[in-house]
Amino acid sequence: MTKQALKQPVRILVMLSTTFLGLLLITFLIGRVVPIDPVLAVVGDKALPQVYEKARIAMGLDLPLWKQFFIYISNVLTGDFGTSVLTANPVIDDILRVFPATFELAITATVIGVLAGIPLGIFSAVKRDSFLDHVTRVIGLFGYSLPIFWLGLMGLMFFYARLDLLPGPGRVDVFYEGIVTPVTGFLTLDSMIAGEWEIFRNAVYHLILPASLLGYYSMAYLSRMTRSFMIEQLGQEYILTARVKGVKEWKVIWGHALGNCAIPLITVIALGFGTLLEGSVLTETVFAWPGLGLYLTNSLLNADMNAVLGCTIVVGAIFLGVNLFSDFLYKIMDPRAR
Amino acid sequence: MAGNTPLLTVNDLSVVFPSPKGDVCAVNNLGFSMGREKIGIVGESGSGKSVTGRAVLGLLPPYARVTASDITFKGRNLLTCSEKQMRQIRGRQISMVMQDPKYSLNPVRTVGNQISEAYTIHHKAGKKQARQKTLDMLKAVRIRNPAQVYGLYPHEVSGGMGQRIMIAMMLIPEPSLLIADEPTSALDVTVQLQVLAILDDLVQERGMGLIFISHDLALVSSFCDRVIIMYGGQIMEVVDAVNLHKSNHPYTKGLLGCLPKIDGNPDHLPTLVRDEAWLKPPPKCFGRGTAL
Repeated sequence: MTKQALKQPVRILVMLSTTFLGLLLITFLIGRVVPIDPVLAVVGDKALPQVYEKARIAMGLDLPLWKQFFIYISNVLTGDFGTSVLTANPVIDDILRVFPATFELAITATVIGVLAGIPLGIFSAVKRDSFLDHVTRVIGLFGYSLPIFWLGLMGLMFFYARLDLLPGPGRVDVFYEGIVTPVTGFLTLDSMIAGEWEIFRNAVYHLILPASLLGYYSMAYLSRMTRSFMIEQLGQEYILTARVKGVKEWKVIWGHALGNCAIPLITVIALGFGTLLEGSVLTETVFAWPGLGLYLTNSLLNADMNAVLGCTIVVGAIFLGVNLFSDFLYKIMDPRAR
Repeated sequence: MAGNTPLLTVNDLSVVFPSPKGDVCAVNNLGFSMGREKIGIVGESGSGKSVTGRAVLGLLPPYARVTASDITFKGRNLLTCSEKQMRQIRGRQISMVMQDPKYSLNPVRTVGNQISEAYTIHHKAGKKQARQKTLDMLKAVRIRNPAQVYGLYPHEVSGGMGQRIMIAMMLIPEPSLLIADEPTSALDVTVQLQVLAILDDLVQERGMGLIFISHDLALVSSFCDRVIIMYGGQIMEVVDAVNLHKSNHPYTKGLLGCLPKIDGNPDHLPTLVRDEAWLKPPPKCFGRGTAL
């Protein structure tokens, strides 16, 4: 290992920690300026002044701000986000419990979005301005502009209430809840590991509707982006070169143009995935999906600041991670960025 | 004309690009015939040089209207060829080198991968054989360390080397006709001659025909056997390269007059004389085309 080779990871590490520190500072300051008294949230508004004061000192709120920030950082770095007022659990435990549900949903939705959106976008670009291109674009536009909670409600109304093809809200039917011991936190995987095929089937059925809705949304976005990247690449001169060589048209598209489209697409997919991980608040609410979005919403509505700030940090960290990952992929795909 | 049976014959070729402002006629009733010789096409930007080359390959965008009474290559009528048949002709029979290797090479694939692709499309060959063939071809375009260059990406090579790689890629399937569309315009003057020499040697060696598209009159007259002078999508005249300076056509004279002379000290800079009267009235055409 030479000095040169070490420089890059060190630079990335410095950049990441600076960004993360900035994130902590912002969440800390938000926690201090919002008009919610954390002491009141603990002792209740009928507490005596002495009790109130005692709690305030116990929570370290009498210390100077910089000292409080210092304590905050060391707490967060050791995984201590405080205790949730609402659930009375440590916030980190709550987040670890709800996050896999969101993760499972986000992965399924992204896979659907990528598998449907990219081929659709390519097809649209290749058959540009044809009837099918217009149809694809209209479908995409619908997905992009219809509010997702409305689509969710409509989906539930048709497939659950009317047709009874799919189950209602939740991750699994009530009587299956809590049977499988969490290993990965992914209900589908856990039930498979436990060999509970009945639960597995049920969990998959529950996943279908919310995941396809989020997947539809991500497909709509991805197909639009793919279409425009593809049209741009197909106009490049190296495409003409490939055709001059006698390369088959499908190979020109999938072998030459797509490799170049993939580079900007990685960023788009990664950021979309990050947004989904942050918890699709509306979707999770409509489907009573016990994920990060639902947890965050409930905490917000109950002024549970520790939980809200904890979630904010986690979401921020996720975005940092996703960005890092997409930069890494970028370097693999684009020889010019190495 | 070298050779008795023509390699390529083009008759009444017209290319029209529809546009909201009216149709643009890029090439108008163009016809020529060539054997295994080096023929130069010269003209200003937008005179239809590049479009002619691309029309022969059948690689103009689908909205272009291409009509011709005859495009015959080696006795085969290209106008009636299906897309599949055209693909077998492209690369294998007729190839094209473009202006700037910075844009004409795929940025995310290695040089070697792109060259060997050109070979394996038209020849049944294993990976090893294609690689060997590619290395030989790289050597033929005078790249000293072919094994190393094989694994490089286009952004890692210089312009001159990029163009040599482009030539290698276009010649590896051993075509009989090469269209060189301003192959040296994007290069440094110092490497221009080097690249041309390589091109010349290879074309000579393999007994190929060459269509050399350029706006560099001096270059074309020293490099080619015959020169086609184009203006406004039409052929003004076809002259033997050695007689170019004796040309009587006012447009050719104009083009020649615009070349700077090292000993000349003109009172005023010459401007190019253009006369619409030279043009046959184009069928339903407005204006002239632009370079592709």
